[in-house]
Amino acid sequence: MNFLSYLISGVSLGSVYALIALGYTMVYGIAKMLNFAHGDIIMIGGFVVFTAISSAATSPVIAIICGIIVCTLLGVVIEKVAYKPLRNASPLAVLITAIGVSYLLQNVALLIFGSASKNFPNLFKNVPDWHVAEGLTVSGVTIVTICVTVVIMVGLTLFIHYTKPGTAMQAVSEDRGAAQLMGVNVNTTISLTFAIGSALAAVASVLLCSAYPLLNPYTGAMPGIKAFVAAVFGGIGSIPGAMIGGILLGVIENLSKAYISSQLSDAIVFAVLIIILSLKPTGILGKKIREKV
Amino acid sequence: MKNLNNMKKTTKQDMITYAIVLVMFLFCVVYTTTGLASNLFRGLLVPICVNVILAVSLNLTVGILGELSLGHAGFMCVGAFVGSVFSMAVQEAIPSVWIRFPLAFIVGGLAAAVIGLLVGIPVLRLRGDYLAIVTLAFGEIIKNIVNNLYLATDINGVHFAVGVEAYNNTVFDAATKKVYINGAMGITQTPNDSNYFVGFVLIFITLIVILNLVRSRTGRAIMAIRDNRIAAESVGINITKHKLIAFVISAFFAGVAGVLYGHNLSSLVATKFDYNYSIMILVFVVLGGIGSMRGSIIAAVILTALPELLRGLSDYRMLMYAIILIVMMLVNNNETMHMYVQKWFGGLNIKKWLGSAESKKKAKEGVS
Repeated sequence: MNFLSYLISGVSLGSVYALIALGYTMVYGIAKMLNFAHGDIIMIGGFVVFTAISSAATSPVIAIICGIIVCTLLGVVIEKVAYKPLRNASPLAVLITAIGVSYLLQNVALLIFGSASKNFPNLFKNVPDWHVAEGLTVSGVTIVTICVTVVIMVGLTLFIHYTKPGTAMQAVSEDRGAAQLMGVNVNTTISLTFAIGSALAAVASVLLCSAYPLLNPYTGAMPGIKAFVAAVFGGIGSIPGAMIGGILLGVIENLSKAYISSQLSDAIVFAVLIIILSLKPTGILGKKIREKV
Repeated sequence: MKNLNNMKKTTKQDMITYAIVLVMFLFCVVYTTTGLASNLFRGLLVPICVNVILAVSLNLTVGILGELSLGHAGFMCVGAFVGSVFSMAVQEAIPSVWIRFPLAFIVGGLAAAVIGLLVGIPVLRLRGDYLAIVTLAFGEIIKNIVNNLYLATDINGVHFAVGVEAYNNTVFDAATKKVYINGAMGITQTPNDSNYFVGFVLIFITLIVILNLVRSRTGRAIMAIRDNRIAAESVGINITKHKLIAFVISAFFAGVAGVLYGHNLSSLVATKFDYNYSIMILVFVVLGGIGSMRGSIIAAVILTALPELLRGLSDYRMLMYAIILIVMMLVNNNETMHMYVQKWFGGLNIKKWLGSAESKKKAKEGVS
């Protein structure tokens, strides 16, 4: 029974990772860049929702919508200001810029909100816990997290496959030049990708902070990096890969916390990344790209 | 004078770099011996030396090899801890600091180099973003493990534990117990052997090794890999070997810097060597000009000294670092912005003075 409850909370944590990893993997697939600032957009989302609830006393639904809007705008603005001018620059330059943006967001949050951790309210405390059996209870947050993630994933898959912007995204990720020749507006598509990724990050921030209620400027960094690990695990650029990778990573992290060592769980998660990358650099579902001269 | 004119252009450039460091050193000697220096200034000297060595060694990976490493602080951490434990262990056996301290540098540096080799073998098969994230992961793993590491000796030998539970279960002979590494508390009795004199000697050694490496056949091979991996491979350059050489040497000097850092203050904790420290070293490299050792030195000195001298701005220091990173990248890699900057600040031509021709050329060609 203990094992099952660890497994379920692992799936719940993994769902959050999967949502964040979707943002990474979509941006990577389409803009071919690693958006290091993604984790910090989560943190900003958390602070927006927190401020909306605690100071303006709005209802949680409006607060969450505020969070999503702010994060979406932020994602698009970051793309326009920092990444778009570097579309043709070397990957190293883009990566360093992304690290700079991540640092900027953290330090702006540090100046505005201070370094002390805020206690994020549980927005889903009205959702009853589910007593499955003797000694096995699934908390309301866990249920909401898993349900929301499933809904978003199904929606996103449908969007990518059956709508025009979705197909445009696929086309750009396949071959940017050819897509442009076929009349796809690459800039709009990349902006749309950042918008969707950042909106998912806002949702992830609410779920993450409800489950782990400490909110400070560094809240987003670790989940962000771990979600990247998840995206690589599943094969970066692949949307189903991000989902599988996220959930597997959450389960691995929770089980290693429970059975190996709670202090070393981060090290174990990163060790998983390194092992995967050395054995199968393209991840579980990633495609192997042949290099042309 | 005739000799100077016959000198190769690169040698002349390197001589200028050495001269700059020498001038800094002489300035420090004069300033401290005449008693003009404040305590703040004295306290800054060793951290400046540490950061200069770190920046130069990271520049070997980022500028010459062309791969982004985000785990430089991890190698530094290994060097700091191994060097400090070594110094504590042999303090009685080798009382002379003149023998013990150089040995500590070699031991700490080698330990970091070994870790660099272990990290490098699987990692250097990867490229670009993957490599960056894996070096980040390694840095975090090293920090995480060292933070949970317990090392103590008693009459029965060496006791070694990972995690506080394992440590508490270890039975010690209380009379002879000597704790070296105490988990999250780190090391508390490192001998304070570091001073700026040692620091400058190390900077010179680092510069001699790295600059000569860069100008050697091996160095040219490494730069060829950076500029075009496939072309380099096709003319018979062993990619893995040369990448490993650069990576391991870079790790070695990060370890040496760690030893210097570890012997500066008597307490040493692993959490200091986090992701932020790695980024800070990267900022030195980027601001100084990627690929320019002289630029790295100057940037490291300025960015280490400035925040301490302008304490009032300390809240905004990290914010400034972030903006510096973004603006430098945008200006160097975007034609339009580059043009604007040239128009406004064209007369200054700072970049030429810093001698970062390599990085400029690289940015122009958009090497991928």
